[in-house]
Amino acid sequence: MTLPYIANTAADRQAMLAAIGVASVEELFADIPAEFCIGELSLPPALSEPELVRELSALAGRNRPADGMPCFLGGGAYRHFIPSVVGEVIGRSEFATAYTPYQAEISQGTLQTIFEFQSMVCELTAMDVANAGMYDGASALAEACLMAAAISGRRRIALLSTLHPHHQAVVRTYAFGRGLAVDVMPPDGLALSEEHACLAVPQPNFFGYFLPDVEAVERAVHAAGALFIVSADPISLGLFQPPGEYGADVVVGEGQSLGSPLNFGGPYLGLFACRQQYLRQMPGRIVGRTSDAQGRTGYVLTIQTREQHIRRERATSNICTSQQLVALAATVYLAAMGKQGLRQVAELCYHKAHYAAQRIAQLPGYALAFDDLFFKEFVVRCPRPPSEVNRALLERGIGGGLDVSQYVEDGLLLCVTEMNTRQEIDRLVEALAEIGGGA
Amino acid sequence: MSGGPRQPDIGARLTFDLGKPGRTACSLPPCDVPEADLPPPSLLRRELNLPELSQVDLVRYFLALSRRNYSVDSGFYPLGSCTMKYNPKVHEKLACLPGFSGLHPLQPLATVQGALALMHDLQRWLADITGLDGVSLAPAAGAQGELTGMLMVKAYLADRGEAGRTRVLVPDSAHGTNPATAAMAGFQVVTVASDSQGNADTQALASALDDGVAALMLTLPNTLGLFDPNIGRIAEMVHRKGALLYGDGANLNALLGRARFGDMGFDVVHLNMHKTFGTPHGGGGPGSGPVVAKGHLTPYLPTPVVAKEGEGFVLATPERSIGRVGAFYGHFGVLVRAYAYLRTLGAEGLRQVSDNAVINANYVLARLRPAYHLPYDRRCMHEVVFSGSRQRAKGVRTLDIAKRLIDYGFHPPTVYFPLIVDEALMIEPTETESKEALDAFCDALLTIDREAEEEPQVVKEAPHTAPIGRLDEATAARRPVLRWRREVGDGS
Repeated sequence: MTLPYIANTAADRQAMLAAIGVASVEELFADIPAEFCIGELSLPPALSEPELVRELSALAGRNRPADGMPCFLGGGAYRHFIPSVVGEVIGRSEFATAYTPYQAEISQGTLQTIFEFQSMVCELTAMDVANAGMYDGASALAEACLMAAAISGRRRIALLSTLHPHHQAVVRTYAFGRGLAVDVMPPDGLALSEEHACLAVPQPNFFGYFLPDVEAVERAVHAAGALFIVSADPISLGLFQPPGEYGADVVVGEGQSLGSPLNFGGPYLGLFACRQQYLRQMPGRIVGRTSDAQGRTGYVLTIQTREQHIRRERATSNICTSQQLVALAATVYLAAMGKQGLRQVAELCYHKAHYAAQRIAQLPGYALAFDDLFFKEFVVRCPRPPSEVNRALLERGIGGGLDVSQYVEDGLLLCVTEMNTRQEIDRLVEALAEIGGGA
Repeated sequence: MSGGPRQPDIGARLTFDLGKPGRTACSLPPCDVPEADLPPPSLLRRELNLPELSQVDLVRYFLALSRRNYSVDSGFYPLGSCTMKYNPKVHEKLACLPGFSGLHPLQPLATVQGALALMHDLQRWLADITGLDGVSLAPAAGAQGELTGMLMVKAYLADRGEAGRTRVLVPDSAHGTNPATAAMAGFQVVTVASDSQGNADTQALASALDDGVAALMLTLPNTLGLFDPNIGRIAEMVHRKGALLYGDGANLNALLGRARFGDMGFDVVHLNMHKTFGTPHGGGGPGSGPVVAKGHLTPYLPTPVVAKEGEGFVLATPERSIGRVGAFYGHFGVLVRAYAYLRTLGAEGLRQVSDNAVINANYVLARLRPAYHLPYDRRCMHEVVFSGSRQRAKGVRTLDIAKRLIDYGFHPPTVYFPLIVDEALMIEPTETESKEALDAFCDALLTIDREAEEEPQVVKEAPHTAPIGRLDEATAARRPVLRWRREVGDGS
């Protein structure tokens, strides 16, 4: 059997086995006790490349991608424009097929892009230091909570109830490991004590809205001696005040919006930035600038005594990778958007979402669920169950919103980004009018 | 050629310094709706320092940086324990099919049946390959898979009223992630020594095993590249004391189609799709670290798992699930590539993968054994660990050997790991490399051994051909510069 991904020929193998001094490959597996040696696995038969393409294309064809229709679904994963240069750069095999840059002399490409990434995340969040990236926004939040517990020596984590429910769930999973308690509290009922290591706050929240008085929350958190963790939408930071300016100690976020497709939920990217004083408690890879003996500037992995390969059971986290290729996509995205572009994207989201909200609010039977300031998502109360509304929208070729009726009565969470044209929004409004009219 | 006019190196500066006010690399549509009122300025950002580059400069910049990287597609990359095999190009195309990459994780399930079918197949195949029962594809990477597995152990023991089992045994040869994971899962770590053959010391293990032990975390083959022939007995010892056997599947590339974790007595194992199943390492992620478990631990798998319901597929939450480990369902984009890999190889192909990986490692062992000290002098599996102790006696350290390999055009092996080998050189060739590539690599290491004798200075000052020399890591850590800052005034 000849395989495209195995280079040795039968003759090579014979020559190599002779050099090794064995008669057959079986001898090399002699350490495996006979009782554990198995017969053939029951995988389907192998496919050639054209057959593979046909099969996977057929599987892909059984899906109906949100990206292929007017779609208003958000809830933690977003459709934003991805400039072609992003795919071009992350498609370079020099980046894609390298690994963790342990050998700095031949990894300057990856290392310098990480330094760029850290710099851009710091600029975006107005924080002092950032790591090289984490798995996703949810795990970055969980790691931030663990970090706060380690710094403060306190055993309770406080979460605002308006955080994405999946993110709350991930915090609970991580907290279970360290044996930490998790308290969930509403914005208007903060009950922080000196047992709390932190309060984690979404900006904007799961429903798309900003806290009406973030300064008051910040004061309450710091009065309790806890760390103020903010989970921010990075696109919103093109327009809105960055958390570093309102007292955040740690800023995390879901970085998928920055140049990555929806990908059915992953791989995404965790953003993680904090104040300088917490640098040595931070999880994840960090790259620093230094020089060689000739004074040439170069970049290296640094502050590694926090990490598992050095510190083992005393490491700040067990994380090894930095979601590097996705972080590179974010880096290229932010460089391509630049100073003006990111603001423009954020403004387009803001204006289009507000246009949609205002038009839907005028429809009979529909109403906006909240009055607070929102960015690109908002909740509409529907005259019919949101699941039915979504189904009716899909029948009309429109990807609806997220049914949040378990949190908000008859609530439909809609998301509008720069990808939605006015025509699409108008179509949505007309469809909603039709659907609502039958109620 | 020096002194004359030449094009400056665009990669010498950061994007922040390369640009000019007013330049941009993107074009966005004008606003086609009436503009809404913006909130008061106090809620808005005053300034955003991001680069201002033209598109051509942006492309040239990142291309310049890419050329400073060594990668699998550049050449031989025998980084031990990382399984740097070739990544098939067709997988990149397939993962980018709009029917996969354009799927929103919260779409109605009826619109994502193809994706769920793919995940369901993958779950079944991973269960078959490992001889275990239940699979979750949710963990984002090997390390998160480990954490998931250990949290499952913790929850399972708690349900059985055995929360008093607070210790986890980890061999001294283990990856750093194992002890770090056990600590994150709330366990105390007890290190267990290896014996003179490089296997787990069964006597040390027996004395460490008591009613307070939750699990033994074992890598098989271990990080010395050795298959522990006592595995059956070890599993029995662990289980007899009421503890569980956790498997680190990082080295599965040695065992495909040969032996299965489930048959050997492992209760829960994590896999590394980016190692064993050929998905690109990405410069350090995204990986993917599915967890596979025996029936008694299956109810504790993280949510969601893909289940068949009637003719279709649904996302289900196992009965006693430890909960979510990520916002959604794992690294679907990576899973598509792993699926494609398994479809291309089939059962016979997988066995060929391990056969060739093991032949290649043993061939390197045989060729280098005359010059480099082999601390555990026996046949290896998919990787071989030498010690640079003979060369160090001549004043050349393993780090120097690694850097000298760069001059010869190779990526160095993993060095100084596992910790139990002095001056370790951990070489994992993988099955995708040819005999010619291995010969060239071995020739280089044999040449370096001669250089260590005849001209050690050349080795100690390597690399000589890389774009940059050895970097001052001490200063980097002592006086960290971790981000760009606008230069003030004269730049001081």
